[in-house]
Amino acid sequence: MFVKQISVFLENKPGRLSEVTRVLSEKNIDISAISIADTTQFGILRMIVNKPEEAVAAIKEAGFPVSTTDVLAVEVADRPGGLNHALQVLRQADVSVEYLYSFIKRNEDKALILFRVEDPQKAVKALEAAGIKLYESNEIASL
Amino acid sequence: MYWNKTRECMSREELRFHQFQKLKDTIDRVYHNVESYRHKMQQRGIIPEDIKSLEDLKVLPFTTKQDLRDNYPTGLFASPLSEIIRIHASSGTTGKPTVVGYTRRDISNWAELVARCLVMGGGRRDSVVQVSYGYGLFTGGLGFHYGAEKLGAVVIPTSGGNTRRQVMLMKDLKTEILACTPSYALYIAETLEEMGIDRNELHLKTGIFGAEPWTENMRKEIQEKLGIKALDIYGLSEVIGPGVACECGEQKGLHIFEDYFIPEIIDPVTEEPLPPGEKGELVITTIDKEGLPVIRYRTRDITSINYEPCACGRTHARIEKLLGRTDDMLIIRGVNVFPSQIESVLMAAGETEPHYLLIVDRVDNLDSLEVWVEVSEKLFADEVRKLEDVRKKIASDIYTTLGINVNVRLVEPHTIERSEGKAKRVIDKRKM
Ligand SMILES: [Zn+2]
Repeated sequence: MFVKQISVFLENKPGRLSEVTRVLSEKNIDISAISIADTTQFGILRMIVNKPEEAVAAIKEAGFPVSTTDVLAVEVADRPGGLNHALQVLRQADVSVEYLYSFIKRNEDKALILFRVEDPQKAVKALEAAGIKLYESNEIASL
Repeated sequence: MYWNKTRECMSREELRFHQFQKLKDTIDRVYHNVESYRHKMQQRGIIPEDIKSLEDLKVLPFTTKQDLRDNYPTGLFASPLSEIIRIHASSGTTGKPTVVGYTRRDISNWAELVARCLVMGGGRRDSVVQVSYGYGLFTGGLGFHYGAEKLGAVVIPTSGGNTRRQVMLMKDLKTEILACTPSYALYIAETLEEMGIDRNELHLKTGIFGAEPWTENMRKEIQEKLGIKALDIYGLSEVIGPGVACECGEQKGLHIFEDYFIPEIIDPVTEEPLPPGEKGELVITTIDKEGLPVIRYRTRDITSINYEPCACGRTHARIEKLLGRTDDMLIIRGVNVFPSQIESVLMAAGETEPHYLLIVDRVDNLDSLEVWVEVSEKLFADEVRKLEDVRKKIASDIYTTLGINVNVRLVEPHTIERSEGKAKRVIDKRKM
């Protein structure tokens, strides 16, 4: 039901992001979604990868604070209003969204959006009741 | 257990008698052998015979680090060089180092003091003691080494550095007592984690840590991470080196070995003596030293003194865990700040590793303080808001404690340089 997201603490200085991507490419780890939330001082890098455990170990080894978080991978129609539909469902269920970002890859005419929500169980229920498809980790790996 | 019960547990009355005899000998010694002391006493019209009680010590002038510099290198020695068998020196941040000299008897006395400290930490003849203080001009390494040998322990003289090898030896030789700086003890704990060694694979029981101020919180962390009892030891090369004072198993203050040293606490500004319990600068007179006796030496260390009897049975007074040096004191917008106070705040927050750096600067004629804190795995949160909350909480706790506004900056682990000797905690750009 959930997808494992990796979060990494990065200082806002040149070369830190590329250090993480270098470490991952060395281990042949594929990144399927990526986003950065940043402030003037630091940033949080968030990623979905094909081999999360290996990625966490490699990033830790490189000296970065890292954690994993369960997020929802939500399928939306890749047209105007597609994302809005999912957001309306969550709003109606009174689930607030902490942040969201999209996948790099698409599944034919569908876009995939990652949601981090306050109450994941409730969100899953509401989205599924509205007929919105949620992806599992293995489905993402095979995209 | 005591190393020297007769001396360590002697009655206060006997102790005072002993101190007075030894003090008189010391004053005679410096008056007749050291030009600088004789000159200072003559200027005040004092002769050794004027010292008729312990209280008369207070009429004698203070000795400062500047006196040692002015008499560089051996001008304050009270023994001819033919009697001196060892030299140590402390690094001079400004100009020349401070050179200290020891006679054979001094070295033996020093070893006696360190042996007492090791026994306070549970040391016995068959203990394995690893000395990870630097060997060389610094008094830590050799001071501990001789004390541990006097005890008859198995001494592993690893000195500082090559931490992975230290850990390997510690594990394989079943080290029970570790002697090093508290920051190096934490570094060793980190190295254990990196090497995937569980603390239960070691045989460590006690750590005797000193040479830099450290907080109760840091003690807690070291004790937890290494599974040991961490004792604080105090000393300075101008007085003798490590072993001037040390905590017993009660961990309620450091017994200062009053059969060798007379402590006083003074107000560092007015130079007036302060009563027991009040915080001030520690002043020490050595009363059983030949090579380099010091009279009323201004240590620049801040502490208080307690003459209450200790549960361990030792009668020697206890000084409070050192609160920092008057040298380390930063004056920021008129407020006295000790790095150890910031450290306490960081650790009380419970969310950070104690790796921090203070950067002091002056912007538009106003002092600014930036506190760099390394983000630990524990502290890291996936949400910006939570990390910002951590920053704000640290800043507000510092404001509550010290009354100054600081900018807290979260940095990646290992950004702040790890030292294997003394920790660098402050960069003061105002002086650059
Ligand atoms: Zn005691």
